Amino acid sequence: MSILVDESTRLLVQGITGSEGSFHTQRCIEYGTRVAAGVTPGKGGSKHLGVPVFNTVAKAMAETGANASLMFVPPASAADGILEAIDAGMPLIICITEGIPVLDMVKVHRYLKGKPTRLIGPNCPGVMSPGKCKAGIMVGEIHLPGNVGVISRSGTLTYDVVSQLTSLGIGQSTCVGIGGDALPGSTFADILQLFQADQDTKAVVLIGEIGGAMEQEAAEFIRHKMTKPVVAFVAGSTAPPGKRMGHAGAIITGTAGKASEKMKVLSQAGATIAPTPAEVGLTTKKVLGNL
Amino acid sequence: MKIHEYQAKALLAQYGIAVPRGKVASTPAEAQQIASEIGGKVVIKAQVYAGGRGKAGGIQMAASQVEAKRAASQLIGTRLITHQTGPEGVPVSQVLVEEASAVARELYLSILIDGTSRLPVMMASEAGGMEIEEVARSAPGKIFKSYIDPAIGFQPFHGRKLAYGMNLDGGQVAEATRLMANLYKLFVDKDCSLAEINPLGVTADGKLLALDSKLNFDDNALYRHKDIQELQDKKQEEPLEIQAHDWGINNYVKMDGNIGCMVNGAGLAMAVNDLIQYCGGRAANFLDIGTLNNTERVVNSFKMFVADPRVKAVLVNIFGGMARVDVIAKGIVEAYQQMSIPFPVVVRLAGTNVEEGERILAESGISLIKAKDFCDGARKVVEATKGRMK
Repeated sequence: MSILVDESTRLLVQGITGSEGSFHTQRCIEYGTRVAAGVTPGKGGSKHLGVPVFNTVAKAMAETGANASLMFVPPASAADGILEAIDAGMPLIICITEGIPVLDMVKVHRYLKGKPTRLIGPNCPGVMSPGKCKAGIMVGEIHLPGNVGVISRSGTLTYDVVSQLTSLGIGQSTCVGIGGDALPGSTFADILQLFQADQDTKAVVLIGEIGGAMEQEAAEFIRHKMTKPVVAFVAGSTAPPGKRMGHAGAIITGTAGKASEKMKVLSQAGATIAPTPAEVGLTTKKVLGNL
Repeated sequence: MKIHEYQAKALLAQYGIAVPRGKVASTPAEAQQIASEIGGKVVIKAQVYAGGRGKAGGIQMAASQVEAKRAASQLIGTRLITHQTGPEGVPVSQVLVEEASAVARELYLSILIDGTSRLPVMMASEAGGMEIEEVARSAPGKIFKSYIDPAIGFQPFHGRKLAYGMNLDGGQVAEATRLMANLYKLFVDKDCSLAEINPLGVTADGKLLALDSKLNFDDNALYRHKDIQELQDKKQEEPLEIQAHDWGINNYVKMDGNIGCMVNGAGLAMAVNDLIQYCGGRAANFLDIGTLNNTERVVNSFKMFVADPRVKAVLVNIFGGMARVDVIAKGIVEAYQQMSIPFPVVVRLAGTNVEEGERILAESGISLIKAKDFCDGARKVVEATKGRMK
């Protein structure tokens, strides 16, 4: 098993005809993902990369049975695209787009309340269940099917961590990039809950970073609900306070936002902290060896 | 994005929020002129993008227009060092000259986005005039919050909760509620990330007056606010960061070390800086090169390193996903063709099109230090700064 995406995923790509949408849809297809439909308003009725294109998400779902959406819509219209997919009843939306205004996301979160949709991202690399489904922009080849779940706020740092795991022969059940924005659709705690319930996930690797309090919420979940081991690292020990470190959410505003504080809280909750970002793989190997 | 206090107050005034009478001056003579127009006691306030101005001497009282001129001449053209700036401080090129307001009480009011509820939260406290983090530590019971659901927007009951929390009475409650509604409208209209009035003064006759204000804006939303973009004072920002921005490198932060870093992805860039420190070195910068389809930003990153005299060695660490490694490699080759690069460069490449990238670098004949993973890269670049590796 795995979480969020697998062999049964029928992917819809919003913004499939754009340059990034095209490039990454092609790579998802090559990996073996079933891309069922694309949506680009005005291009309905055509085919792109062999995939039927529709004008609206609702029509694409009705005609193809698509059950997850991958979004490459530019930031100014991305929130509208997410709202359209929620309105259409899409069970899972994975939004890659970086740079969506925060107040647009406030509306999205409000509209999500009480709806059956789960949102991953925005500003994330997507979701990958190795050997089953790649719904995102991550490099396919570095992954290996297995039993370790990975959750991260970062894209490329996750690729590095996944490579470490794979080179040690440690496969992954699912890798989830929750994104670098201040208001992610799903939090660490949300995804930890899914991994805790997934019988094929034996341990979880969590890659946090400075800013916000999501790692603290994750620590609460680990302390009270998590029986599987968690290996954690939090990036940004050297980041100066008050500066936005690339990601919109990565800015230290109070003590809680510091990497040292987050690692302390995660450690106290029972997570094993990797001493450096280069040792996440080895730390995971040790933890698995103790099971 | 930040703006100056005088610009924030102009926006508040546009939204019907009372601010003290005043104007901004760029010369001591202008300050004197404004002081004479206002008459009586005035306050001279250095206009900088940093808090802690009062303790640093950036806010001065003047009883006459001559004193106003003197105070302005002591501030304009200097650099103000506060606990929020580095030791080099920030330049003062303007002062705000304002009527001195006698207030009976100082309150606190702000709006920001709360990450947990994912809603705008309006916070109020009767402990104004100090930093709200300090109030949160010393007297958390004095902070009142209203979370604002975008489906209904700001409602009078939100305001009453906060106004009564601040122990306002009678007509002040209605006035405060109107002020809060206006501030919320400004926050939403202009895509603020922070709208703060601190202190919010209560005058002797019971009126509310915004004595100081800080407005920050969501960088992601600036595309739809040309008027706000124009307010940015680039002289207040770190020169290297402005230079990077002008060269299309939006995610550059100056750090205090001597190792130039070029990385793709913010998390990886932070992790690389952490690892460099773990290996005994210090990064000169954080640089997330982002996703690119041409080599220009790579070349410009090298221009940044060459322009920064502190840089003794460079680490390029790329894990291609959206960013293609072959494009990065071509950029490195172009950089060496276009400029003289006086420091050792350590390169670690992985991910999308890595074989092509490695081939381009190998065929170029450029002398680069190759690293097999990012730990190896960090270790080698620290060694390189010590001259032990060429």
